Amino acid sequence: MLMKLAGLSLWNRRGTVLMTWLSLTISIALLLGIDHLRTEAKSSFTSTVSGTDLIVGARSGQLNLLLYSVFRIGNATANISWPSYQRIIKHPQIDWAIPISLGDSHRGYRVMGTNTDYFSHYRYANSQPLVLAQGEPFAQVFDTVLGAEVAQKLGYKLGEQIELSHGVGAVSFSQHKDKPFTVVGILARTGTPVDQTVHVSLEAIEAIHLDWQQGAPMPGRQLSSEQTLQHDLTPKSITAFMVGLKSRMATFTLQRQINEFKNEPLTAILPGVALAELWQMLGMVENLLLLISLLVLLAALVGMITTLLASMKERQREMAILRAAGAHPWYLFVLIQLEVLLVTLLSMLSAAALLFISLYLLQDKLAADFGLFISLHIVKLTTLYWAGAILLLSAVLATIPGVLAYRKALADGLTIRL
Amino acid sequence: MTDKPKIPAIDLKQLQFYYQSGGWQLSLPELTLHCGQHLFVRGASGSGKTTLLNLLCGITRPVSGELYVNGQPLHKLSSSTRDSLRAKHIGVVFQQLNLIPYLSVLDNALLSSHFAGQNKANSVDRAKTLLQRLGLQQDLWHKPATNLSVGQQQRVAIARALLPKPTLLIADEPTSALDSDNRDAFMRVMLAEADANGCTVIFVSHDQSLTQYFHYQLDMQQLATGVQPC
Repeated sequence: MLMKLAGLSLWNRRGTVLMTWLSLTISIALLLGIDHLRTEAKSSFTSTVSGTDLIVGARSGQLNLLLYSVFRIGNATANISWPSYQRIIKHPQIDWAIPISLGDSHRGYRVMGTNTDYFSHYRYANSQPLVLAQGEPFAQVFDTVLGAEVAQKLGYKLGEQIELSHGVGAVSFSQHKDKPFTVVGILARTGTPVDQTVHVSLEAIEAIHLDWQQGAPMPGRQLSSEQTLQHDLTPKSITAFMVGLKSRMATFTLQRQINEFKNEPLTAILPGVALAELWQMLGMVENLLLLISLLVLLAALVGMITTLLASMKERQREMAILRAAGAHPWYLFVLIQLEVLLVTLLSMLSAAALLFISLYLLQDKLAADFGLFISLHIVKLTTLYWAGAILLLSAVLATIPGVLAYRKALADGLTIRL
Repeated sequence: MTDKPKIPAIDLKQLQFYYQSGGWQLSLPELTLHCGQHLFVRGASGSGKTTLLNLLCGITRPVSGELYVNGQPLHKLSSSTRDSLRAKHIGVVFQQLNLIPYLSVLDNALLSSHFAGQNKANSVDRAKTLLQRLGLQQDLWHKPATNLSVGQQQRVAIARALLPKPTLLIADEPTSALDSDNRDAFMRVMLAEADANGCTVIFVSHDQSLTQYFHYQLDMQQLATGVQPC
């Protein structure tokens, strides 16, 4: 009966209840959404690279190096010369090294020059290796292996010919039109920036820039694909390289040795440490967002209590009837609490649905534009904590109209003051 | 002791009530009503009718004196015990707007048995019989209470008040919103149902013509003279 009373009473006031429900739904969805995004963004960030002990690039800040080498965000300040790279990787402690050469793009997706060691040594998430969904690693100079996202979004199949652009913008004015690449492999989805990368060999990067100088094609000196193959395609420089060590114990020693490398100024970073620093920076913004959404939620809850308080006057008769029929003032208190909890619970369910639908619709865009891979699993332990906290908060706030109903019931008795 | 007819439905002695702020005061030297005896309370507004009803219902506690309803000492009991006593033994009918607008007719009638903690299935059967006897046919039972005429609403209120088989039925000007035909019909069904349940009716009104239906009357302006036979 109590449940029926609460439910029908809410239905009777469905106009205001609907608005309350809407505002609560939006604010709870906002809160849960921000909480979900930050945990997802964190795991998305930290799972991008794994098993790599050091990342080496030209001297710069560790964040800059991390961003361009792992997340394909921003650009390198300088390159590493090929001889230096060759010298460093001869270090006895180094197990493997993956060279990276950046600077070109294909329709907004970054092109990365590397070698086949990339496919055998690169790890992400929990030490998962890269897997080719179709085809095989590049063997010829003008072969390319696409990330899952690139292939899916641009609809490329094995054997298709693509052209690269100079620079990293989505719209580029200088194309490497004369030297098309053949898609020989497509990687399985990883949920990391690898999905958005076009992989070619280091030799290919060298080849497409043979007839270029100072970032522009040299007029009258165009070389065809076949002609470039006659040249020595050993790279002159690379952008960065990732290193795996035989023993993790050597990490700091090697890092110091690279940082003190005589031939050119280099920086070696520990990806884990750099990721943590990056996350700390984003953490400020994230906490601020969470605070704002908490305040929005509080405003919505206060709004609900305000409408309840306003309705108490018109519900005096209802309360008097219940009292006359034998209801204890506590019963009225519980009735109001139940109404509040019902609305809150309903709002939480619809907020979860709203969040799920918006994430479902935005998932691809977030991945493509921000490199954020957000899962649809919004129900986690923290979500349950939040749900509990929201219910508790609404119950606490509902004591205001509840106590009012209780006290009025005691004071007014059977009189109805209209 | 447990011989039922010997316990008066209402028994009060030297009942006194006044507000802390002072000024006005209500005092009633004696009033005893046995089961099935009906009392007509007459008085203008401001004469303390509502206060008396609040006292009899157990909503407020007398400042001094003794008040027994069905043998229970209302002046001694805690407020929650008085509430459950009211649920079981006292039915209340207001002037008008007795029903909760969003509940159906049947659910409105069932409210009292819910608070009295009575078995739901039995109550539903009894409520249906009561409603039928009060002239509310089956097609009305599941309609929202607001769809009914005022006269019908008052009869639903009677059904609700009588459902837990109370000792006392307190009616606060229940006929003031009814026209004279409806009023007489209402008085007849109310008293008939009260008699059938062995229930004492305390009826408050300023309508002198209704005294004919009652055994006793009490004039709020002359409380000292006490209860007079009609």
